Amino acid sequence: MFQVRIHGRGGQGVVTGAEMLSVAAFLEDQWAQAFPSFGSERMGAPVMAFCRIDQKEIRSREPITDPDALVIQDPTLLHLKSTWEGLSARGYVIINSARAISDLGISDHTRQLPEDHVFAAPATELALKHVGRPVPNAALLGALAAVSGCLRLESVEAAIRHKFPGKVGENNIEAARAAHAMAVNALAGPGVGAHA
Amino acid sequence: MLRQIEGSQAIAEVVAMCRPEVICAYPITPQTHIVETLSAIVKQGRLKPCEFINVESEFAALSVAIGASAAGARAYTATASQGILFMAEAVYNASGMGLPMVMTVGNRAIGAPINIWNDHSDSMALKDAGWIQLHAETNQEAADLHMQAFRLSEAISLPVMVCLDGFILTHAYERVDLPTQDEVDAFVPPYVPRQVLDPEEPINIGAMVGPDAFMEVRYLAHHRQLEALEYIPLLAEEFRARFARAAGGLFQTYRAQDAETIVVALGSVNGTIKDVVDTLRGEGVRIGSISLCSFRPFPTAALAEALKSARRVITIEKSLANGLEGDVAHDLRLSLHGRTTRLNCVIAGLGGRPITRASLTRVFREAVEDRLPALSFLDLNMEAVNRQLEHERAAPAESILASMYASSSRP
Repeated sequence: MFQVRIHGRGGQGVVTGAEMLSVAAFLEDQWAQAFPSFGSERMGAPVMAFCRIDQKEIRSREPITDPDALVIQDPTLLHLKSTWEGLSARGYVIINSARAISDLGISDHTRQLPEDHVFAAPATELALKHVGRPVPNAALLGALAAVSGCLRLESVEAAIRHKFPGKVGENNIEAARAAHAMAVNALAGPGVGAHA
Repeated sequence: MLRQIEGSQAIAEVVAMCRPEVICAYPITPQTHIVETLSAIVKQGRLKPCEFINVESEFAALSVAIGASAAGARAYTATASQGILFMAEAVYNASGMGLPMVMTVGNRAIGAPINIWNDHSDSMALKDAGWIQLHAETNQEAADLHMQAFRLSEAISLPVMVCLDGFILTHAYERVDLPTQDEVDAFVPPYVPRQVLDPEEPINIGAMVGPDAFMEVRYLAHHRQLEALEYIPLLAEEFRARFARAAGGLFQTYRAQDAETIVVALGSVNGTIKDVVDTLRGEGVRIGSISLCSFRPFPTAALAEALKSARRVITIEKSLANGLEGDVAHDLRLSLHGRTTRLNCVIAGLGGRPITRASLTRVFREAVEDRLPALSFLDLNMEAVNRQLEHERAAPAESILASMYASSSRP
């Protein structure tokens, strides 16, 4: 089982992110379960959504407390202790930031992780460029697919198209591809970290 | 067709395929996406003929469903939490008049204090209002139960609630095999009402009944609930034959054949329980579980049979009858009457508290080792409770929050 926890702020689309992730997994004939953290969600408040992916039916319903991957939509959440809670020692972290990982002041949390498991994608910038709005989901999912290998990029693209048919979806797919390519380049290169 | 879909949307799609002719709803919290999606389906013209009626309250929602059903239409509504309480009088009217209809309840807690999260206290508040109450374990089962619910409701002329866990199922995206319209049409034929209000031939239903016949009317309602016990398994069997998957029935058992300990629960927590059962089975513990689908009627005799070799029964319950125990344990005592079977009632998940595998594993172990009290509360913060008890001087119960967070909010 591969468990992803998405952290963001109310209005940034954590639930949509988890939903698209689950659809992408479904399109690869896997089982997936996505659900929000069930708060009384307010714009701007820290919120979470969860996605489990497995080769068999997923029966447990508890929130994800031991994630294999974190997707952090808003870098202001990096300094909340709860954001990092339970992350596996072999876990992956995808952060929405145009800055290098080493500039984010999170070494206490990432020190034990393999270097190539932590990646900062300039998702907001990519969204503004391709979509015209600061919606980081697509780019972050593209980066997650590249860094973790939990999904193929084509599945992520199909999930985005499923959720947002038409032009909006195609623009988001461009953002996902761009972030995916950045992550692939960074993985191939000497150090990981986006310098957009 | 297999879809990765939100629970509420899957239910809306299946309800629409059951061709309700009147859908009435009050679209405000605690409503779910179910009626929102249905309103879109009606607007798009995908469901015809159907009148979607935006009413002014939950009381009106069910009252309109009653009127529609009495006029011979297939009627549907959905609600939860305070919403079902606000329609309580009409809930009794619908069953008292023997009017078929289906209502989805996306189970949530009831205030005060205000809480929007999942537990079963809403449908439990009306467990004895004369409706059939079916609980779904997964979104697949929730979708499938709606097809069975329309059939059941119309066959026995009683209203049916389909209960599924609010948020945990209603807001979860998971795999659901949605039927085709032809499949649903074959399973749910058009509604043929037993009684119809017709201006050409006026009749009176729900009229005054005095002491001379009221007992008999109530007995007949009791009798019809018991009849449902016979019909529900037949319907589930027919469903399985047609759709090649299990859904509904009185209950479904899991690794219970040779189990010394059997866990009984309603709804989605059964999924988590099955995972824990597998873990403990791996350690050699003879444990199994029963997912109780039909809570009303309560399958007393069938459960007595299914539990006959169990030495211990544990109920995991998302509602509490204050001063007593959980509603399932309370009713289950009839099934266990005259036996030495140990019964452990565990209250869990009230107001949306997560029910984790770790905590269930711990209490199941305690139960197996005879260390669990007859009534216990999963993951209860006893320290906070005791502090509050000490300081309680006519303070409102929600001030417990202040005592829990007092230490963390001070510098």
